[in-house]
Amino acid sequence: MEFSNINIVDVLPGIFLVTASVLAMLSIAIKRNHIFIFVVTTTSLMGVFLYLIFYASNHKFNVEPLFVIDGFGTFVTGLIVMSALAVSLLSYAYFEQREERKEEYYILLLLATLGSDILVISKHFVSFFLGLEILSISLYAMVAYLRKRNKSDEAGLKYLILAAFSSAFLLFGMALVYSASGSMDFSGIASYVASNPTLPLPLFAGMCLLVVGIGFKLGVVPFHMWAPDVYEGAPAPVAAFIASISKGGMIVLLVRFFDQINGFQYPVLVLAFACIAVASMFIGNILAIQQTNVKRILAYSSIAHMGYIFVAFLAGGELGKEAVSFYLVAYFLTIIGTFGVIAILSDHDRDAELLDDYKGLFWRHPKIAMVMTAMLLSLAGIPLTAGFVGKFYLITSGANAQLWWLVIVLVVSSVIGLYYYIRIIAMMFEKMEGTDELALHPRLYLINLITLVVISVLIIFYGVYPQGLIDRIRDFLY
Amino acid sequence: MILVAFIAILMTGGIIAWIAASWSHSASRWISLVTLLVDFSLAISVWMNSSGLEWIEKFSVPWVPDFGISFSLALDGLSLLMLVLTFFLGIFGVLVSWNEIQERVGFFHFNLLWVLAGISGVFLTMDLFLFYFFWEVMLIPMYFLIGIWGHENKRYAAFKFFIFTQASGLLMLLAILGLYFVHKSNSGTGTFDYFQLLGTQIPLGTSRWLMLGFLAAFIVKLPVVPFHTWLPDAHSQAPTAGSLILAGLLLKTGAYGLIRFVVPLFPEASAELAPWAMLLGVVGILYGASLAFAQTDLKRLVAYTSVSHMGFVILGVFAFNQLAMQGVVMQMITHAISTGALFAIAGVLYERIHTRDILAMGGFWGKAPFMGVVTLIFVMASLGLPGLGNFVAEFLTLIGSWQANPMLTIFAAIGIVTATAYSLRIMQKVFLGKWQSEKAMPDLSLREKLIFIPLIVTIIWLGLFPQTVINTVKPMIDKQFKIEQPTSIQNNNGVQ
Repeated sequence: MEFSNINIVDVLPGIFLVTASVLAMLSIAIKRNHIFIFVVTTTSLMGVFLYLIFYASNHKFNVEPLFVIDGFGTFVTGLIVMSALAVSLLSYAYFEQREERKEEYYILLLLATLGSDILVISKHFVSFFLGLEILSISLYAMVAYLRKRNKSDEAGLKYLILAAFSSAFLLFGMALVYSASGSMDFSGIASYVASNPTLPLPLFAGMCLLVVGIGFKLGVVPFHMWAPDVYEGAPAPVAAFIASISKGGMIVLLVRFFDQINGFQYPVLVLAFACIAVASMFIGNILAIQQTNVKRILAYSSIAHMGYIFVAFLAGGELGKEAVSFYLVAYFLTIIGTFGVIAILSDHDRDAELLDDYKGLFWRHPKIAMVMTAMLLSLAGIPLTAGFVGKFYLITSGANAQLWWLVIVLVVSSVIGLYYYIRIIAMMFEKMEGTDELALHPRLYLINLITLVVISVLIIFYGVYPQGLIDRIRDFLY
Repeated sequence: MILVAFIAILMTGGIIAWIAASWSHSASRWISLVTLLVDFSLAISVWMNSSGLEWIEKFSVPWVPDFGISFSLALDGLSLLMLVLTFFLGIFGVLVSWNEIQERVGFFHFNLLWVLAGISGVFLTMDLFLFYFFWEVMLIPMYFLIGIWGHENKRYAAFKFFIFTQASGLLMLLAILGLYFVHKSNSGTGTFDYFQLLGTQIPLGTSRWLMLGFLAAFIVKLPVVPFHTWLPDAHSQAPTAGSLILAGLLLKTGAYGLIRFVVPLFPEASAELAPWAMLLGVVGILYGASLAFAQTDLKRLVAYTSVSHMGFVILGVFAFNQLAMQGVVMQMITHAISTGALFAIAGVLYERIHTRDILAMGGFWGKAPFMGVVTLIFVMASLGLPGLGNFVAEFLTLIGSWQANPMLTIFAAIGIVTATAYSLRIMQKVFLGKWQSEKAMPDLSLREKLIFIPLIVTIIWLGLFPQTVINTVKPMIDKQFKIEQPTSIQNNNGVQ
């Protein structure tokens, strides 16, 4: 492999993120300073974003053999970086209020972002696995970051064991695919697949194992068991990270891989993904109804949302890609905003995760309640929000590809989903009876409020005027 | 531009009313009232100046051009009437809440004006995507109106209302998308524009499915038995203004959708469906009436009368002739006013005696004769007494549907008799009989008289001079039947 002809500017985002995390680590060695590290993190993320906007948006190239930097990748990288920025903005106040040593968190955050970024641009099994492991290993620590909370530890361990397990599946799957096709490069696999109209057994087995690994990371049914526990135990900003950034990277990888090897030619694979999609939509939404813990509700809801995205993924084509991109934007904004509300309402002792914590929120903190309402309506896909346009896009792409059954399942399951979103909203508007001893006493930080307001404005803006975002996506994709 | 203004005024008014409530509750009320009065007078002036053209006003700007979505509004006779009705009832919505709503006044008026804005949007838009958009926009504020300011069982009612309408709305969205793709594959351009979609050639099999999607949304909203179960709960639990708007306006959006979308877009499929739809209408008329007779909760009783009255709407729409259609339009307006007024009376009574149970009432005539007279008038309207608007409406509908299906019309006509039974029961239980309660029963206040007198004037005016209304909507109806003359009417007349 030759690396000498790589233009350093092309891989700048990765270098930027690595430098920032090293800088953060060194600064901890000298003196712990939360604000300093926070500023380093946010500026480096901003820097990457500006780079992407001004440089990468009109540069398409490959970094052989590992990376492909194309419009789709650049767009989602930008989205991931901005989401990481939002998560870190929400994290500052959250960790400031807690006694733990909070500086290392940002190193992990930067590294996890890097991992997700690598997933997005990889076109080779090696870079795929590398990205996945950087992401996962950072997440193990992030999930268990609040060491003093039992649930946090439990969640961290659970995530560690299951993620390691799924990595093993993935690795074995890669090995089998390699043994069949003799290539680890996506394009190499594609040319092998193109010459084999029937699916040879080792390749089939390899694909199945890959699906298991990917499915675990995305938390789709039947690989979703970890999601509720991990979401519940993880600190709210970390849960936001898991729900958005870590899944987004994987979705893009999946779309890219499937697209390149033209997996649509194998009905059995399509059927498997369709089954996963249907099961995720139904089971996610139905199980969410029974929860009383908001974080668990969101975990199940994100399972369902992954199922929705699968509809566009299976629809394929340009419209499918656009729909996935749009939906990712809408979903990222919304889920980060929702966890942001949870983070802002949490106090020193525990996160604001019980449904009861939201009782009468509208009368106590009308602004936060309005933000939360906007988020939940967007998750439910009600007009005036980005979530609605996103869902519309998904349905359109599904209908365009004649996937009527999937589209109908999407619609029916979103109706089921309405129930629990509305239940939280109803809770917030309920009247307060007396003062509750157990009520949380959060300290509100301006920075969180501003972030949340910006997110809700964006959600409503994209809901009312989606054309701008659609144009932007098309600019990047084509 | 004026069409955008109608909606924009309501939305801005809503926001200002919300903000204003932090200084003073009555400021919020006055702002809402003025907002609605401005819109109402604008609508009236448009009505006065309207010529006999089919389309009085059109407005369109691209919204999401990539999908062929435009912000397209247009006003014809039907829309105009519905719009006037919306603002007219909106005014009373504010007035009836004047004393009833004492907490979160700003947010209440915000929701009230936004639900009206959504309804106006539904009546005005000529882009199917935008239609769905407004269809949902009117849902959320209504959910809050019921869920926050409603009565004892409000959460359940609000939930049920939301899920019923949302689920059926999503089916409509699927149908809209289906239509979009059919049109796209026929003509090569994807558009949600009503006028372009109007002549789409759809294979009959597909057309049936697409029509069912639209129909789902509209018959749930209307409501048609057996999809009516959300209605009694929502109506009885909502605050007075909420019930007024639900019965007066939201149900009419369902009827409007049938007239505007289902029949013109899918003429053949709806001709096929017509006998069944009419049957459902008749079942609704009789079933609603008999359930209304059995209720003891005054608001529930009135809610079931809506089910019964709305049966006439679906009967008339699917009779496919001009008379029936004129009757339907009249029915939409007169039912809005008479039922709205009955809900307002239920609200007025609730403010005084804090119950809706008619068994706990009785003998109020002696204490509150003015209220008694008002109620009598609207009860008479509801049972279809000649001279009041509802008579004209039901009479026209029945004449029209007789031409299409005499058998069903006979049963529908029985509905008028049953209407007499439940309507008189209201009078008997509430105003006649023995005075039981020890509570004070003051007669209507000036504000309340100001609510009811214009409503009485209107219902009498509609009964005596229905021609003004019919003339307004005539160009639209004529147009519709000119298009369909060769196919559906004759087909349908054959089905007996």
